[in-house]
Amino acid sequence: MTYTPDEMMTVAAARALRDGMTCFVGIGLPSEAANLARATHAPNLVLIYESGTIGARPGALPLSIGDGILAETAESVVSVPEIFNYWLQPGRIDVGFLGAAQLDKLNNINTTVIGPDYCVPRVRLPGAGGTPEIAAACREVIVVLRHSLRAFVEQVDFVTSVGFGEGPGSRERLGLAGAGPRRIITDLGVLQPDPDTCEFVLTGIYPGTSIADVAGKTGWDLQISADLRVLPPPSEFELAALRGLLAGTVR
Amino acid sequence: MAEIVSLGEAIAATVHDGDTVAMEGFTHLIPHAAGHEVIRQRRRDLTLVRMTPDIIYDQMIGAGCASKLVFSWAGNPGVGSLHRFRDAFEHAWPTKLEIEEHSHAGMANRYAAGASGLPFALMRGYRGTSLASQTVGVAEVTCPFTGEILTAVAALRPDVAVIHAQRADRLGNVQYWGITGVQKECVLAAARSVITVEEIVDVLDPRPGAVVLPSWAISYVAAAPGGAHPSYALGYSVRDNDFYLAWDAVSRDRTAFTAWLDKYVYGAGDAPFPDSYLDPGDRVAP
Repeated sequence: MTYTPDEMMTVAAARALRDGMTCFVGIGLPSEAANLARATHAPNLVLIYESGTIGARPGALPLSIGDGILAETAESVVSVPEIFNYWLQPGRIDVGFLGAAQLDKLNNINTTVIGPDYCVPRVRLPGAGGTPEIAAACREVIVVLRHSLRAFVEQVDFVTSVGFGEGPGSRERLGLAGAGPRRIITDLGVLQPDPDTCEFVLTGIYPGTSIADVAGKTGWDLQISADLRVLPPPSEFELAALRGLLAGTVR
Repeated sequence: MAEIVSLGEAIAATVHDGDTVAMEGFTHLIPHAAGHEVIRQRRRDLTLVRMTPDIIYDQMIGAGCASKLVFSWAGNPGVGSLHRFRDAFEHAWPTKLEIEEHSHAGMANRYAAGASGLPFALMRGYRGTSLASQTVGVAEVTCPFTGEILTAVAALRPDVAVIHAQRADRLGNVQYWGITGVQKECVLAAARSVITVEEIVDVLDPRPGAVVLPSWAISYVAAAPGGAHPSYALGYSVRDNDFYLAWDAVSRDRTAFTAWLDKYVYGAGDAPFPDSYLDPGDRVAP
C-alpha cells in the first residue's frame, strides 16, 4: 500500500500518544494525529481543546478548535479562563500536542512574526494563541510540522513559546513546570533532545528517506543519534483510519 | 435592567468613536450581526479587543472601524491568514492599525481581572518569551508567601462588551450554552454591554451547562436571529465552514472585499442577514 510523507508523519505522531493519556491538542496536524490515535491504538486518549472542551470524541475531524462537534461529544465543557487556569496551568495534562511555523534546535517555537523586526515583519503570523502556556505547563510537549529550511532555523526570529530556552537549566530558571519538548515529528523523520545539550538530534527516519534528505531541510548542523532507527511504515489499518478521518472533515 | 431594543439602537447607544470595544465568542456565538451594525454606523478609531479576531474583526478592520487591535491569535481558524488585518497592519489600508498582542491565557486572565474589579490577574505565563518584552500590561511579581516569581497581567476594562447568545427572556435575562468562552468575564469587565440573541422567549428553561446573565448586569439586549453566522449558535445553527474557507479569497483582494461589504453589510439595511446571504449558493460571491 503506498502512502504520502504527510500520511507517514501523521501516523508517526499518532503513535507517540499512549492510550489513557490526557492531551492538549492544537488544531491542524496535531488534531489529525490525536484523532487518528483515538481511532486506532488509543481509544481512551482524552482530547482537550483550548475552546474548553474536555474529553471530546469527534466522529469527524473538526476544522476549528471550536466546532460544535467538540462541544456535543465532550465529557465536560468549561470556560476559556477555566481551561487555562484550572486545567492547564497546574500541570495536570500529560502532553501538549502542537504545530509550529518556525522552530530552532532547542525547540523554541515562533508563531508570531518572520523577520528580525517585530514592528515591520516580513510575514505576520497569527500569534501566540494557547501555545506559550501549553508549552510551559504540560508534562511533556510533542511538536508536529513539515520539514523545511524555512521552518527549521538556527535561531527563531521571535520566541512565542519556550522549548529549552537558552539550553540546559533554562526551563527550571524560568519556573516552567513541564519537562518540555520530547519529540519533533515531521514528514521526514523524528527528532528528540540530546539529554546533555537539549539540542534536537535525528533519532528516527522513515523508510525511503535518507539522513541527507533531513539534514538538507534543517537549518542547523543536525546531529544524528547513535541509535538512529528506521521507523515502521504505516499499517493498512492506520492508513485506512487516517483516510477515513480526513474524508470526514467537518465542512 | 437590560433594555430590549433593536440592534441598531443598541449599537448607537453604546458604541462611540474612539471607544474600546470587546466582541467575544470563542469560535462559537461570535456576534457577527453586531459587527456589521458597527460597520454600518461607520464608527471610527475603535480599539478592538478580542482573543481571536478572525473574520468578524477582519471585516471591521477592512471597513476602517479600528485604529488598534488587542488580541492573542489573529488567523482564520483552520484556513490561514486574516488578509484585511494584515493589509491594515502591514500597509495601513484602509487606515493605520496599531497592535497589542498577548497569549490566550493572558487575555482570559485580563478579562477575569476586569470582571473581578482587580487591577491585574496573577498567572504563570510569558516568562522566557519575546512577547513579554514586546507587549504592555505584563510584569513579573514576587509571591508574598513563597517568594516565587509569577506574572501579573493588567485588567481589561472595555467601554463596551458585545456578545451573542442563544436566548433571552422578556425581562432581558440572557442564557447561552455550548462553548461558553470568555463572554461572562468580558461582559462583567465592561462599562456597557450589548447582547444579541437568536430568540426572545417567555421563559428560560433551565439547561445543563448553561450560563445565565441576569438582566440587571446587562445594558441592552437585541434580537438578531442567525446573527452569529458564519459562526454558529449551538442548537440553532451549525458553523458554516464553507464560508470560512471562501472568505480567504474574498478578503485577499481589496476590490472583492469592498464589493462584498457593499452588498452584504452596507446594502443589507436593517436586516443584518438577508435571505440571500444565508443561501448556500450565494454566501460569499459579490
